[in-house]
Amino acid sequence: MKLIGADILVRSLQEEGVDIVFGHPGGAVLEVYDAIHRCGIRHVLVRHEQGGVHMADGYARATGRTGVAVVTSGPGVTNAITGLATAYMDSIPLVCFTGQVPTPMIGNDAFQEADNMGLTRPVTKHNYLVKDVRDLAATIKEAFHIASTGRPGPVVVDLPKDVSKAVADYHYPETVDLEHYQPRYDAHWGQVKRAMALILKAERPVVYFGGGVITSNASKELLAFCERLKVPVTYTLMGIGGIPGNHQYSLGMLGMHGTYRSNKAVDECDLLIAIGARFDDRVTGKVDDFSPRSKKIHVDIDPTSIRKSVYVDVPIVGDVKNCLEKFLELMQDEPKLKDYETRVAPWWEKINAWDREHSIGYAQKEDGPILPQYVIDKMYEMTAGRAVVSTDVGQHQMWAAQYYHAQRPNDWVTSGGLGTMGFGLPAAIGAQFGRPKDTVVLVTSEGSFSMCCQELAVAVEHDLPIKILMLRNNTLGMVRQWQQFFYDKRYSHVDMSSGPDWVKFADAFGAVGLRASHPDEVESVLEKGFATRKPVIMDFVCRTEENCFPMVPGGAASRDMLHGEPSRG
Amino acid sequence: MLSRVAGLFSARGYNIDSLCVAETLDPKVSQITMVTEGEDDTVEQIVKQLYKLIDVIRVTDHGPDNHVARELALFKVRTLPDSRAEVMRIVEIFRGKIVDVTPDSYAIEVTGGAEKIQGLIELLTPLGLEDVTRTGRIAVARGL
Ligand SMILES: Cc1ncc(C[n+]2csc(CCOP(=O)(O)OP(=O)(O)O)c2C)c(N)n1
Repeated sequence: MKLIGADILVRSLQEEGVDIVFGHPGGAVLEVYDAIHRCGIRHVLVRHEQGGVHMADGYARATGRTGVAVVTSGPGVTNAITGLATAYMDSIPLVCFTGQVPTPMIGNDAFQEADNMGLTRPVTKHNYLVKDVRDLAATIKEAFHIASTGRPGPVVVDLPKDVSKAVADYHYPETVDLEHYQPRYDAHWGQVKRAMALILKAERPVVYFGGGVITSNASKELLAFCERLKVPVTYTLMGIGGIPGNHQYSLGMLGMHGTYRSNKAVDECDLLIAIGARFDDRVTGKVDDFSPRSKKIHVDIDPTSIRKSVYVDVPIVGDVKNCLEKFLELMQDEPKLKDYETRVAPWWEKINAWDREHSIGYAQKEDGPILPQYVIDKMYEMTAGRAVVSTDVGQHQMWAAQYYHAQRPNDWVTSGGLGTMGFGLPAAIGAQFGRPKDTVVLVTSEGSFSMCCQELAVAVEHDLPIKILMLRNNTLGMVRQWQQFFYDKRYSHVDMSSGPDWVKFADAFGAVGLRASHPDEVESVLEKGFATRKPVIMDFVCRTEENCFPMVPGGAASRDMLHGEPSRG
Repeated sequence: MLSRVAGLFSARGYNIDSLCVAETLDPKVSQITMVTEGEDDTVEQIVKQLYKLIDVIRVTDHGPDNHVARELALFKVRTLPDSRAEVMRIVEIFRGKIVDVTPDSYAIEVTGGAEKIQGLIELLTPLGLEDVTRTGRIAVARGL
């Protein structure tokens, strides 16, 4: 069958089972948009390409499927970069099609030309420039394969305008021919056994897991593993939802704003079992002081994650699920596990004592200003931890991580590695498109929300009932907190009190706006907001000088945490 | 491909001391020879990072020994009547070749290890060395 490039693109997407595309048209992709018009693939018109890529990203995080975005050349691509970098840092599978000027014009500073390959190379797992329409279908097949296998990531397919118009025989390949790209899924038995021997010897073991558990769909296996051993479990920001946050073995998150018991447990353990995590600096604090007395096991599908910043004794390259299955098999008839529980009992006592020493908490006064933690706590109660929660970046993100105990994988949508303000709203929109029946909540604050707030129009256009919790503190809270602690309260350019009025803002977009200014209004606003079938901004006027505790100051050892007095709002 | 490799090195803060790209026996495959420095674990990390590039077929770490390395250098020397003979003698000792002659200059071709080329630079500098162009090192492992 002979087709033009643009039709090949759309057909290929249909072959891949793509049910939604987030995009924005422009000159270089006119042909593609004509094909979209013709073939009727579901397309969402985004208001900014950054938002479009974040939507594809949120969709991917919430569904586990590969997200798809389309942008035009030049400014379309430069706008998309933040979205790609966000997905790249968090290993999210995306395919982004970028328009390009016609091949004979490439390199001539043509109108709306940018070096798409050069620009996107450092923020993608791989990128392609399709110069010949005959290669297009196979390239798309490869792009989806690479995006979604191994350690996933975004892939860019750059499509010059002339290629989108050129004709070729269409045939979608069944397989990819990538001899040298063979991610290793199968964990090495010998290494698994070596790790098992360390586990059997340990007296103070801790599991520390990350986003790899979510990617590999290994929650069930992880839970079985932890329950079998009765070991304490801590997780990264990306790991949230990998086990129920309030599970009896869960210590909560670790790292810069993690719980005291998590950081102490990692500091004092004699065996650290790292699963699908990468020893990020927000987790380790000062690397040389990180978990100094432990032997370390590290399971990761990406060999470059292993021993990148921290030495590990037993590296296991492979898929998390595959590896956990092997552990479970070994444990099945392991006689030495009989008294494991009694062996780790003193360790649990220690951990529980740390928890009594400092646990996270807040004290909402009846007549005081609203504390953001209180709002999240109430939202958690209301949803029973079974909503999809997207966040932006800042204090509210950390509070959400601390107080919202997600129960399921793929329910937690946050920009971890890049920390992209503005991610939350479009990601929530993408998540709601992917999970139309589930409740989707956005926890945000005015600084971040301002960065992609135009996408509210998309939520309104498509009747997406997203619940937006605006924890408004009239400041760039996280920056203000650092300025308070480390710059002697010299508050430099963090004031956000000039507005807008978010209730009116919601109204202007055709969404619903609600406001709570006093603690006793919080629950009723939440109830009203959650009962609304439209996008709703709930504007909670919160205490400005509230700080996020505990906190490991940047570059400090994680045992040197700062603990605030539980604030009294 | 070159931009991916070079980009990886700059993004991750690895040094590139030299870099040389050429075809292989298979015209669809090119070979990049790079010289870099780092502790063992850095080099291990570089190798792993290179393997992560989708188009990379094979990475060989030649290590500090166990390989034969050569580079080609072209020298331009300004010649004066009383230094010509001396330049020629040095070139002969270094088993180089004079590949171009003008009334007041020689172009000289030399291959060898980095030390040999450095040695020649030092000897030719006082005699009127004007320019050196080097390919950077290429290498093969010893044995099969
Ligand atoms: C795009 C971007 N720019 C700047 C930053 C740096 N930054 C991190 S947190 C923060 C403040 C966030 O303020 P807000 O969204 O109001 O959240 P709050 O901390 O008040 O909860 C800033 C500016 C960032 N993470 N992302």
